[in-house]
Amino acid sequence: MDFYRSHVLVCTGTGCTSSESLQVISALRKELEDNGLEKEIKVVETGCFGFCNLGPIMVVYPEGTFYCRVKPEDIKEITAEHFIKGRVVKRLLYHEPGVEVRTQDFEDIEFFRHQKRVALENCGRINPEKIEEYIAHEGYFALGKVVNEMTPEEVIDVIKKSGLRGRGGGGFPTGLKWQFAYNSKSDQKYVVCNADEGDPGAFMDRSILEGDPHCILEAMAIAGYAIGANQGYIYVRAEYPIAVQRLKIAIKQARELGLLGKNIFSRGFDFDVDIRLGAGAFVCGEETALLNSIEGKRGEPRNRPPFPAVKGLWGKPTIINNVETFANITRIIRNGWEWFNTIGTEKSKGTKVFALAGNINNTGLIEVPMGTTLRTIIYEIGGGIPKGKKFKAAQTGGPSGGCIPAEHLDLEIDYDNLLSIGSMMGSGGLIVMDEDTCMVDIARFFLEFTQEESCGKCPPCRIGTKRMLEILQRITEGKGKPEDIDTLEKLAKTIKDTALCGLGQTSPNPVLSTLRYFRDEYEAHIYDKKCPAGVCKSLVSFKIDSDKCRGCGLCARNCPVNAISGKVREPYVIDQEKCIKCGACLDNCKFGAVIKE
Amino acid sequence: MRSIEELLAIKEKTEKEMAMREDKGAPSIIVHMGTCGIANGARDILNAVMEELKERNLTDIHVKQTGCPGLCHKEPLITVEMPGKKPFMYGELTPERVKRVIVQHIVNNQPVTDWLVNIENTEKRD
Ligand SMILES: Cc1cc2nc3c(=O)[nH]c(=O)nc-3n(C[C@H](O)[C@H](O)[C@H](O)COP(=O)(O)O)c2cc1C
Repeated sequence: MDFYRSHVLVCTGTGCTSSESLQVISALRKELEDNGLEKEIKVVETGCFGFCNLGPIMVVYPEGTFYCRVKPEDIKEITAEHFIKGRVVKRLLYHEPGVEVRTQDFEDIEFFRHQKRVALENCGRINPEKIEEYIAHEGYFALGKVVNEMTPEEVIDVIKKSGLRGRGGGGFPTGLKWQFAYNSKSDQKYVVCNADEGDPGAFMDRSILEGDPHCILEAMAIAGYAIGANQGYIYVRAEYPIAVQRLKIAIKQARELGLLGKNIFSRGFDFDVDIRLGAGAFVCGEETALLNSIEGKRGEPRNRPPFPAVKGLWGKPTIINNVETFANITRIIRNGWEWFNTIGTEKSKGTKVFALAGNINNTGLIEVPMGTTLRTIIYEIGGGIPKGKKFKAAQTGGPSGGCIPAEHLDLEIDYDNLLSIGSMMGSGGLIVMDEDTCMVDIARFFLEFTQEESCGKCPPCRIGTKRMLEILQRITEGKGKPEDIDTLEKLAKTIKDTALCGLGQTSPNPVLSTLRYFRDEYEAHIYDKKCPAGVCKSLVSFKIDSDKCRGCGLCARNCPVNAISGKVREPYVIDQEKCIKCGACLDNCKFGAVIKE
Repeated sequence: MRSIEELLAIKEKTEKEMAMREDKGAPSIIVHMGTCGIANGARDILNAVMEELKERNLTDIHVKQTGCPGLCHKEPLITVEMPGKKPFMYGELTPERVKRVIVQHIVNNQPVTDWLVNIENTEKRD
């Protein structure tokens, strides 16, 4: 056995990789070799720690020192100081926003302290390319237990009692879904993992696949045992190359150890998994469109019923579960449904992973018990809103969801509470918006997304979303008509009632929820031709206050279209015809003389 | 995979390799590696510690380094911390002596009095 005195964990998830963690690792390996330390200090490539805006992240054991934003140039100092002399490099430690005290131990960091890691348990802690490290963290023992000690009925019973609900958006009880597929009699059944993750801004599924791919394989095998399937498919978008690569390695290693394949644990149970790549269409995340896509057909949804549990892939009974749903399975089997029941709220058990994005200090991936309030997530874990700005709303559920205004900051987040205020859990994208956000523009943004992603099979979605988008565009351009709000609401209702699949049915949600909570903003756009947040370009104008202007000319020099003219020491003027409303003059004026209206 | 036992064997072997990433309750050997320590041979001491631990398969001992504790005349120095006990500092070490400290103090839990530096002086200086 190799013996090391220190393990250095560096995140190689997509987030940290894009901030050059691979360069950090190669610099580190070289520096260790140059100092003859490569046999004493082991470099471990891990998955995501979740603290993505601090990447690349490095944790040094046994001390547990947490370094952030490590650059290749920092490696010499870390080696000379920390690895050779044992002195922590203080400037690379984390400090909470606004606080100068730097925290060395990452369990002490506010961001991590309020979290509970179930689905992300292993992410950032193990090397995802080493099956042995997964096994050392209890990996494949749940499969062993299921195959050796439990009947399929008992497995389904445990999942039912755990109260686990699908993490892919709908929140359907997982145990019940498995029961339906178990009840369907067939010579062939399938287990499908939905790793399409089309919700813009969400990346929890990617992080799990990158950081802990084996937990998905193990859970799929458990599902296979429970419903009587011996083949699984992971449907993952080709835009996730690191996840795909790690999955391939994981499948290969699991096959080599006989944890996938024939006669697993000598109990006559066969199960294998293959990968199917998707092209990244949002609609292909919808389960029936996904099945079509796996079958090599156009990614368009099918009518339901029959549900996939009865007639799925190639007409055979199939269960489709989300990545995060599967990530909970192994832990439920290992720790028992009773344990899972202690986490969360009455009707939503367990935890939920959220991708924190938007106007928030700590962007990244977090996992909290169901029932955590938005306030805790934003102000404690998320570290609040940058520049002391005010919170306006948070969007959950992505393009299918809705916004949560400030009055609901203390709502306990779970499936049912979110639905009751007109939003939804969705896959877990959580976009925080500050006072400078225009809610009409946000609704337009999401509708533009669904409109573009509509597959075109059914008219309500294909044509209806187009008409809604046209109206929203008009409103943001200052050409709104008094009847627009009414028309939007009517169209929304019709699309919700008549679209073929969830994509169309939920597409009006962002419009409806912004109308519900921020109707006054729509009205300001339509009647007063004003954008209160000053976002919609057609509705804002920049002027120079001649009393405050000192005539320094800085605005004119920064204007990209030469729209500002004047004489030095005399007030300058903006030519409204030429102005493109970029705001460069406002940003550069030292005297507060530029006014945005 | 034929059996749970087979899986368990892999688990136990790998757990040892990963032990240092887990709890903080493990015994630690802290080598004092300030500039003065290194000049007085602390590097050889660290190497000897590693060799001895490896030879004895003592995977659950944390090896750390720290700076100069101010006792430059006693260098090279190490501090041994057993969980829940006061730290012991040893000075004027050689690779042979440090191996004896490991055997006697860590394995047999008997502090070695010969090279013990007064424990009142063991406060670390950064
Ligand atoms: C337009 C649309 C997109 C979807 N995208 C995803 C997705 O990316 N990932 C996912 O797991 N579920 C997605 N779903 C939900 C799936 O249809 C399905 O409900 C889910 O995969 C079931 O797994 P679960 O019960 O474990 O959540 C989407 C649904 C719709 C209508």
